[in-house]
Order: sequence, then C-alpha cells, then structure tokens
Amino acid sequence: MKTFPLVLGLDTFGDHEHDAADRPLSHAQTIRNVVEEGVLAEQVGVDFFGIGEHHTDDFPMPAADVVLAAIAARTKRIHVGSAVTVLSSDDPVRVFQRFSTLNAISNGRAEVILGRGSSIDSFPLFGYDLADYEDLFEEKVNLFAELRKGGPVTWQGNLRPSLHNQDVVPFAEAGAFPAWIGVGGSPQSVVRAARYGFSLMLAIIGGSPARFRPFSQLFLQALEKFGRDPLPVGVHSPGHVADTDEKALEEFWPRWLNIITKMSKVRGFAIPTMESFKFEVGPRGALFIGSPETVAQKIAANLTILGANRFDLKFGMPGLSPDSVMKNVELYGTKVIPRVRELLAESTGRDAPQNHLQPDLITQSDA
Amino acid sequence: MAVLGAGHVGPVIARLALDAGFEVAIAASGSPENLELITQVVMPGVEARWAADAVAASDVVVLAIPLHRFPALDPAQLSGKLVVDAMNYWAPADGVVPMFQGQELSSSEIVQRRLSRSTVIKSLNHIAYQDLENGRRPVGSPDRHAIGVAGDDPGAVKLVGEIIDRLGYDPVLLESLGAGRVLQPGGPVFGAVLIRSEFERAIDTTAVQA
Repeated sequence: MKTFPLVLGLDTFGDHEHDAADRPLSHAQTIRNVVEEGVLAEQVGVDFFGIGEHHTDDFPMPAADVVLAAIAARTKRIHVGSAVTVLSSDDPVRVFQRFSTLNAISNGRAEVILGRGSSIDSFPLFGYDLADYEDLFEEKVNLFAELRKGGPVTWQGNLRPSLHNQDVVPFAEAGAFPAWIGVGGSPQSVVRAARYGFSLMLAIIGGSPARFRPFSQLFLQALEKFGRDPLPVGVHSPGHVADTDEKALEEFWPRWLNIITKMSKVRGFAIPTMESFKFEVGPRGALFIGSPETVAQKIAANLTILGANRFDLKFGMPGLSPDSVMKNVELYGTKVIPRVRELLAESTGRDAPQNHLQPDLITQSDA
Repeated sequence: MAVLGAGHVGPVIARLALDAGFEVAIAASGSPENLELITQVVMPGVEARWAADAVAASDVVVLAIPLHRFPALDPAQLSGKLVVDAMNYWAPADGVVPMFQGQELSSSEIVQRRLSRSTVIKSLNHIAYQDLENGRRPVGSPDRHAIGVAGDDPGAVKLVGEIIDRLGYDPVLLESLGAGRVLQPGGPVFGAVLIRSEFERAIDTTAVQA
C-alpha cells in the first residue's frame, strides 16, 4: 500500500505587519520580514513554507516566487512553494518557468499550489473578467498539466494563444516539481485535480473541517477512475500560535475581525461575531488558534478525520507585530510539529495518518 | 426535487433535501456520467441525471448554478415548475452579468421575468454553504437558524417555507420577490447566521409568520 510522509508546513499571504505601537510597517519591510520567517521556519524544523499571492495593502505579496527564491537561497532543507498561485489571471507558461527556476535555485525543493483565486484582486489588475473565472482556470490547469509532462509542448485552447512543439526551459533535472490544486468546497474541483494528476490541497477556512472528509474519498476514487496512482491530500487552514490560548486569541481576534469586516464588503460574507469566532476556534471549527498543545491536538484530530497527510497552517494576520509572527513560527516548529507527530504516532503507530477510507482501492491501484 | 448545479452549493442542498426525506436528482452542465462518482461519494442516494430529465420528474427545482450561466438556461425547460432561486448577483466577486447589471429589480425578479411560465421563489441564497450544512436544528430549538423565503405567489411561498422547515430551518416568509431584496448580497442578512427573531429584526420588516 502506498503511503505518504507526514508534512507540516506554514503558509503566509505576506500579511502587512505593524510595529509594537500598531503603526503599519512599509510593504518592503513586511516582505523582508517574510524572508526571515521562511529562514526561521527551516531552523525550527518546518517542512514547507508557502506564500500566497495577493495584491492589496493588507497583503502586499504579488510576487511570491521572488520572495521564495530569497528564502531558498538562504536555506537547505525546507520546501518552498506558492499557497496559492492565482493561475486564472496568470500565464501558465510563465508560472511554470518561474517555479522551474525556483526548483533549480532550491535544488529541487519547489512546489506550486494552483488556485482559481478566491482572492480576486488580480482580475481587474491584469484585465481579466471575473465572469470567465471558471473557464480561465479550467483551460490554464489543462495547459499547466501539459507543461509538467516535460518536453516540447503542443497545446491549443480558447483563451490563450496555442503552442506548437515549443520548448519550455529550464528543463527539469529530476521530473516535474510537485503540483497541487487548492480546493474550497466544490466536488467538481476535486475531480478536476484527480483528472489532471495534481495533489489535493483542501482550503478549509470556515465551518467544520469534518465536512471535507468525503472529498479525500472522492479524490482517491477519482484517481482510481482515471487510472492514476494515489496522490497526497493536504489541508490549509488559518490560525495563530502563542504561549497560551489566551494570548493567541487576544492577538488574533481584533485583527481577524478587522480584516474579515473589510473583506465582507467586497466578498459579501458575514462579519464575524464573538460567538461565530468561538465556534471556529473550538474543536469543530476551522481556526487553529491557541497554545502549541491546543493547536497540535486540533491538527492531529483533523488530519485523522480527513485522511490527509499534510497540514499547512496559514499564520500571521494584517496588523500583527513581527515579534508575535516570529514567535508563532518558532512555536509551530519547536512545539506544535513534534507534538503532532507524537499524537499521530500514538494513535496510529506510524507517523502519518493514511487515507484509509478506501484501502481496497489504494491497494488495487498500487498493485 | 431537482437541484441544478453541482458546485459548492448544489450538493449541500441536495444532501439536506435527501436527509429530509425528499427524492432528489442533481444535474450539472453536460452528462450525468461526469457527476456519478461525485453523487456516489459526496451525496449517496441522490441521482445524477441530465438537467431536462431531472426537471421533468420533479415538483420543485432548485437553481444553484453560477448566475452568469443563467442566461444560457432554456426557460421552456422549467415551464410550469416551482423554481427556488438560490443564486446571487454579486458583481464585485463574480463579474458583471449584463442581464442583471444596473437593474432596479431584485435578481430574482429578473429570473422570474425570464422564467415567465414558472413560479420563482427566492430562498437558500443568503446563507453560506458551510453554515447551511452545519446549521440544521429540529423544530422548536432555541438556536434554530432562519432562512428567508420570498415570492409573489403566496401559495408557493408557503410551500417552499414548509420545505425549508423540513430541511431544518425556520422559514421567514416575505410577501414578494421585490421584498426579497433584503436577502441579496450587501443586504442585512446576507452571509449572516441568525435565529428568527434576529433575522426579523435585521430585515426590519413585517414578515408573515409561517
């Protein structure tokens, strides 16, 4: 039976940091701080450092690959990748080239997580129509899957000029870098990831993570149907780790309220209340906030429920100070990760939960 | 019940309806074959069908497709049906749809105008799909969440209100599709999770009790 190692990572959106007196730092300083957070992440034993593309004052992070390259140049072991790349408003060839280059710089540590972009700021910026959101993503994922096969590319679509027997450099040294698709709540997106042979990253940012359980099963069955080998399943959720539960909640809540209130005006969702926040922070919600023990327990429980072998904590929040963000990275690496490994080893006798929802299928396709 | 749309929202509504004892078919654009695996795993018991077949065999149709796909839907297919419009027009997030842009009318009034031979009710549109899944409560629970039901045909509003009640929510009935504007994005209850009294206070209008 095919098994995947347990991977515990961190994601940031380049959340705009404030100093101790709550004055905003410059965008440039925030970006330099993200580089330091990535370097620290390696030092404290984090497996993956991801940066999600955003284009706003709250998240000044439009060129994640450039920042990832800086981190790659100063690290040896940690994997570096996007979380996510908004493929719908980018050119798949350019994305592929940039991450192939990152893979070269990092000596094979690059990954890409592709998304349609629930953060939609890139559409007006690059002249894309939000009404084409779904078609753009479908077509560009299709091209990206072709590019990952390596060799000269011949491809035709409707929304991007076609390619005929075209070399796309740099050539890979050891096969394509890992590629994932970030999925919100649409089962059709899960099937698409399987159809193209991308790993599945479940973005769980609200409500009960357990409701995503059928998605890992759907993913495995879809891979089987398309004649593919099993692929990893990961979970991405927001959170914040501090020395105590109280401190973590106190640091996170006002920033969370502020940013969700702003986003609700654009995206139409509800402004959180203390009641809804408490639900999300609790055992059945999607926010991973608290002391290392609290957060580790919740990660271990949800990986098991979801049959996933990877968890990436989206850390930081616009307005947090660099000290509190660095503390989060440190605690995640030194306390949360070892504790999650311990908890999962206790419960399963191995260090990663396996997607045992359909063991017969895994065995079959691996045979 | 026929659910049209198998994105984020459609499968959740289908599952809720199945749990409530309805016979449910779901359709997306294209062949049901593409949906079969999804229905088997994510909503076992729901039947994947061609849209036309699902609609023909149903008493009530739930529209849960992206609104920009609505102009391509053939109104004749829905003729004579009770249609629950769970769609939203929210240009900042979904792009401009000319049929719905700059109109005085609520989005469901525009849907009703186009589906002139159907009875359109606006409901199930204002609550996030993850809250829809988690929020069901038995009748009489103090924390039972409210869902608005707006329409021009009082009998149809009452019927859809009963469906909402069976799904596990308190229906708050609104007397017209125009009044259903309060359920739209940017409105006082959109995206919020509220019990009936909070909901009624938020819309600040005299809702007819179920």
